[in-house]
Amino acid sequence: MALSVRKYSGFDLLIIFLSGLVLLFIVAPLLGMLLRTTPGQLFEVSGKPEVMHSIVLTLGVSFSATLVFAVAAVPFAYFLARRTFHGRRLVNGLVDLPIVIPHTAAGIAMLGFISRESVTGKAASLLGLELVGRPAGIALAMAFVSLPFLINAARDGFASVPVRYEKAALNLGASPFRVFITIALPLAWKQILSGLVLMFARGMSEFGAVVIVAYHPMVTPVLVYEWFGAYGLRYARPAAVLFMLIALAFFIVLRLLTHRRHHA
Amino acid sequence: MLEVRQLTRSFGDFSLQNISFTVERGDYFVILGLSGAGKSLLLELLAGLELPDSGQILLNGKDITREKIQRRPFGLVFQDLAIFPHLSVRANIAYSLNKREGKATAGQEKLTAITRDLGIRHLLDRRPETLSGGELQRVALARVLVHDPEILLLDEPLASIDVSLKAGIRSLLRKLHRNGQTIIHVTHDEEEAVSLAGKIAVIQDGAIIQQGTPGEVFSKPGSPFVARFAGHPNFFTPRLEADPESGKPLVRLSNALTINIPPTMLRGKICLIIDPAAIRLFAEKPPAGENVFQAMIREIYPSRQGLEILLDAGIPLLVKYPDAKLPEGIVREGDTVWAMIAGNGILCYQD
Repeated sequence: MALSVRKYSGFDLLIIFLSGLVLLFIVAPLLGMLLRTTPGQLFEVSGKPEVMHSIVLTLGVSFSATLVFAVAAVPFAYFLARRTFHGRRLVNGLVDLPIVIPHTAAGIAMLGFISRESVTGKAASLLGLELVGRPAGIALAMAFVSLPFLINAARDGFASVPVRYEKAALNLGASPFRVFITIALPLAWKQILSGLVLMFARGMSEFGAVVIVAYHPMVTPVLVYEWFGAYGLRYARPAAVLFMLIALAFFIVLRLLTHRRHHA
Repeated sequence: MLEVRQLTRSFGDFSLQNISFTVERGDYFVILGLSGAGKSLLLELLAGLELPDSGQILLNGKDITREKIQRRPFGLVFQDLAIFPHLSVRANIAYSLNKREGKATAGQEKLTAITRDLGIRHLLDRRPETLSGGELQRVALARVLVHDPEILLLDEPLASIDVSLKAGIRSLLRKLHRNGQTIIHVTHDEEEAVSLAGKIAVIQDGAIIQQGTPGEVFSKPGSPFVARFAGHPNFFTPRLEADPESGKPLVRLSNALTINIPPTMLRGKICLIIDPAAIRLFAEKPPAGENVFQAMIREIYPSRQGLEILLDAGIPLLVKYPDAKLPEGIVREGDTVWAMIAGNGILCYQD
């Protein structure tokens, strides 16, 4: 027993103390919010149609945005992982841009991009598609800020697939498209999937960009903000907790997926 | 017929230079060289995985130097096999069959025949990670054979296999060849080359230094490198001189050692091989005989065929005593002894 007890240096103790502070900082507010919300309040708020509508809208729009953009983003990530070209670093930097710019600025940019006066907006309305103040516009705002998470994860996934497998498949007469579908995609699938979950989770929690593009129909982050502004902290809290629990569920699913990868 | 002309490709410090050779339909062509000599790169150039800086690859007269990988009729078995880890053995082998072929009876029959010939029929529903090295090797072979390659490219196919399984794979390759399959096989193992090759090209530092039948290459090596592969430790490329007294031909191997050779028509730079078993050692100077010289014993060590003695006669010379019994009086490393080379142990030829 005496052997298994390690002596801690002063520095070890300092690190443990600081680590504890950081963890506490993350957990305490969330836990506090959770503890101050009774199951009754949660039940009550989940019975309100506007809350459920907003949650369904948020999940649905983020999910659609993720799927629609994946069709282009996943091949793009494959291209970034496999090809060397001039300006590749620049392109990789551009992909990360939405992460670093303020999200309200992203929202303003997106609104300018899709407003009825813009080329995109005009083209969309010619096709009978309204963007501003519509789910489609919300999807674009969500995608703008969450796309980097999918592209980065997928790119890393493709990069971890040995090129030899793809060359072996080409040598067996497969077309590059078939190689992508049957070799690269399945072998990078776990990372792409976690990228999809990350993009979806990030998209549904977006407030800044979405609130500028569409205050209505109301996604849950906007709803929570409005309730807080109109009725105060106590009123907004149960809705925030409900939405947080749903987001947490997806986060756990993501962790399980990435965890499973190590056992596969 | 595959014709490779002046193929050159640089890769950082390394380069393949002016590689030229011809492989006829039905040939078993072995490329022999140490690891890092550029053998794998050469196969990758043939298969189109890499493109050459210059030179040409002609297949049946058609230039395929820059043809797409998937359009070249070459079946490459990678050294690391590159079995698709997410697919079953069956799906790996059937990969080159498209959906229609895979379902059609012809495709299934081909798959059945090949997997039966390779003895892996019972493995079809297994996952690759459950297979042994020898089994994986056969799966990789089956996978390219299903695609009917005009030329089979093998990258060290026996390197990762247990000794006990090598004979099986070798006879498999021989059988494929007998059935008309053209094969280009890359290896570092001269035994493998001799046992399989119809033609050999020896590659060193990115260049082919000798090619021909195994008989030609191994009985008359043109360089110390090839001589080592051929199992000739005492290989020299001396100049031919004339004995100033008798006028007979002799070669000078070192300041201390000149060797009389049989009367010859050869001239200039020649290759000389001395059979290690034709050198005999004596404690005292032997009374008579040609090619008698003094040397120091550097090392004595046991080998599979008796004893090997490394002599220092100004140049290193290897001596073999198959019966593992040294003559009396010769016991220690460091001793100076007399040596004599029997006339029939000297092989001399023009490079």
